Formats: sequence, C-alpha cells, structure tokens
Amino acid sequence: MTKGFKPGTFFQRDFDWHPPPLTPGYKTSIARSPQRARIAFDNTMTEATGPVFGHGMLGDLDNDLTLNYARPGQSAQGPRIILHGHVLDQEARPVPNALLECWQANAGGRYRHKKDGYLAPLDPDFGGCGRTITDERGYYAIRTIQPGPYPWPNAVNDWRPAHIHFSLFGQGFAQRLITQVYFEGDPHIALCPIVNTIPDKAAIDTLVAKLDMNHTAPMDARAYRMDFVLRGRRQTMFENKMEGM
Amino acid sequence: MRYLKESPSQTAGPYVHIGCVPSFAGLEGMYGGNDLGKSMITGDARGERITIEGHVIDGTGTPLKDAMLEIWQADAAGLFHSPEETRGDADPAFTGWGRQPTDAVTGRYRFETVKPGAVPWPDGRMQAPHILVWIVARGINLGLSTRIYFSDEESANSADPLLSRIEHQNRVPTLIARRDGATYHFDIHLQGPDETIFFDI
Ligand SMILES: [Fe+2]
Repeated sequence: MTKGFKPGTFFQRDFDWHPPPLTPGYKTSIARSPQRARIAFDNTMTEATGPVFGHGMLGDLDNDLTLNYARPGQSAQGPRIILHGHVLDQEARPVPNALLECWQANAGGRYRHKKDGYLAPLDPDFGGCGRTITDERGYYAIRTIQPGPYPWPNAVNDWRPAHIHFSLFGQGFAQRLITQVYFEGDPHIALCPIVNTIPDKAAIDTLVAKLDMNHTAPMDARAYRMDFVLRGRRQTMFENKMEGM
Repeated sequence: MRYLKESPSQTAGPYVHIGCVPSFAGLEGMYGGNDLGKSMITGDARGERITIEGHVIDGTGTPLKDAMLEIWQADAAGLFHSPEETRGDADPAFTGWGRQPTDAVTGRYRFETVKPGAVPWPDGRMQAPHILVWIVARGINLGLSTRIYFSDEESANSADPLLSRIEHQNRVPTLIARRDGATYHFDIHLQGPDETIFFDI
C-alpha cells in the first residue's frame, strides 16, 4: 500500500478582495452585473481540472510584442520594457506551465481593434498581443513596449492608466483569472473608475508592476516586475492498494 | 499563518479579442492564424457531435457583442483531458476546452463539441452531464461561472446532487440547454427575472 497526497479542491475565493459585480462608477457594470447571490459548492473534477498547454505550442516571438507583429527589420515604437515575475499560488508555491496571454494598446494608447477609434495612430509594427507559459519555477517574462494612457467613454474625461491586460490559466478551471497590470508611479491609477472597482487599496497595489533595475537589458530595455497569485489548493490524502496485497 | 491573496480580477474590457482570439480580432497570421480553443474536436472524436449556441443578454435585454466564453467538459465517456484524470485515458481527439467570442454583429456564440458523459460528485454519486461555462466581457468585473445541463437528460438532472440542492428550484431551468435536433440553445441572462444561476466555484 502506498500513501501520499494529491491535489484537491481550491481555497475559497475572497470576494471582498475582488471587485463586486455592481460598481456604478464603471457604468457598463450596471446592466451587466448579476444581482442574485452566487451559489457555492466545493469543486468537483469539472472545476478542479482544466486544460493544460505545452511549451511546444509557442512560437519563438509569441512573448516578444516588439517583434511579433513587426515588419522584417522593424520593431514596435515606444519605451522598450521587459515585464517579468512569477505565477504563484496562495502558499507561494510556483505554478508551472501556466499559460499567460496579454493584450495592450500601443505607445500612443491605441488598440489594434475595429472598435477603437481613438485619434492616436496605429503603429504598423505593433499588434498588441502576446503569450507565454511559466517554466517549472513559475517564472515568465515578456518583452514589449510600455503602452500609453487613453481616454474612454465613461464620465466625460476618464482616462485609463497605462496597463496591460493578462489572462491566466492555472492547473484547474477554478483558478481562471483575467486582470490588468499597471505601472509604478502613474497618477492615473488612483483616478481610474475601473481600477477603483477594487475596494481595497492594498489589493490595487498588487496589480502595480515595480521598476526592477536588476533585470534590465542594459542599453536595450528597462524591466518591471509583476508577480501573479492564483488560488491555493488543498491536499488530499490517498492510499493505493497494490494488486494482490 | 501567511497566505498570499489571490491577484484581484479586472474586467476583460472591450478588446479581450486581441489577446485571446487575435485572428478573430483581425490580427492576421498571429499564432499561425489559429485562435486557441477554436476547435475542440481534433480528430475522430467519440460520442455525439452537438452544437451549443445562444446569446449573453444584459439587463436591458440586449445581447453582448463583445463577450468571450470558455467551456470545459469531460469527453463522451466522462473523462477529462487532464493530467489529473486517473480513471482512464480521455479521448485523444477531443480537447475538452473551447473558447469562442460572441459575434460582433449578432451577439451569438457557438460551440461545436461532443455531448459529455457523466462525472462523479465528490461522494461518488454521479452528476448529470454538464459543461462548465466561463463568461468575460467589458462591464463584468470578475469572470462569471455557470453550467450547461441538457434538456434531454431529465432523469439525470432530477437526480443531480448540485441541481437538487438549489433552494430556488424555479431558477434551475436557467441552467438547462434546450435541445432542437443536434443543437442545444443556451442563453445566459446577466440580470432580470430570468437571471442565470452563477456559481462560486
Ligand atoms: Fe485596456
């Protein structure tokens, strides 16, 4: 007989740390927010498992937004940065093989999207999309340009701070998360109605990437550090009875 | 005791397509032109081929034209395409995971998949066949989780451990996709008298 531990169900989510569904300062949430209580149940296999992505699916430039849409010999315009860090769970354990997908505006604050009509011009060498998968230490890095702030229709003079959107997959679908990463020192962070859907200032601070001079590429790109945290996981004891015993 | 807090969610915003379905967003050739999750069936998958389609509808009755949905499910035998699946080998021709945007004009979403088999509840009882659905969009601050059950699985649905514990049984029909030939119709109502049941998973 062998005994051991196997991954179990995920820690309960703290809904006071996340933004609530209804946040009137962000007007679009008003008609799109459910009003009834979520119904809770402990994870079954459906919620505790999820798709797994292999490093083999990645192209060489998938994590380099300065080059992955650029014409041959060109690269994207704007301040060159490396955004890097770890994906951890709530017990600070690395989450390996986590797929991160990101999207962002260009250095002028314009998205390459039919619905973005901002007058800042498109950059012909910038698509605004990238992806990577964490290694066995939970580490990831992307290379990109720092996006610009942009105005958006909410109140008449609302501007988004510079930000990069991230989608993360952990090991189970219960960990699925989309969030946004901001940049240290940006005065728009405190003013933004979308940032301020998050009730707790300490929670907002965890989404602000910090300048990381130790990891710059000298004469090439500055570095910002951003660690992501996904839900932790209970351990379940199991016993395997071996054949014939 | 020190635990880290989960990174707080932020809305996917109106441009989620650029990052998650770039070819749909018009970034021709990105990632080889293959949007991740577009095809769940990668070969001669076992089981019944089905289509699931519907709309995500806001509190004014308007379909969302900028939403994105993901689904996760077992294969026809009830096995997950996951390294944690210990009950057997899942169908290699079926990924179990799909991702689709709602149409930018009509707001309709559509998944081509197989009908899932049953998977167990933690106490060993079987659950009715179901699919996990996750919805993100502009105006949704934290991705919404729900489940699709099937209208032609009446006896399994009535014995399902999750459906049967829901206090307001008059809301259970919001989780049941209506069969019409090989197509199931499943609308998701974010608000209003028909508000879909969303789960804290
Ligand atoms: Fe944005």
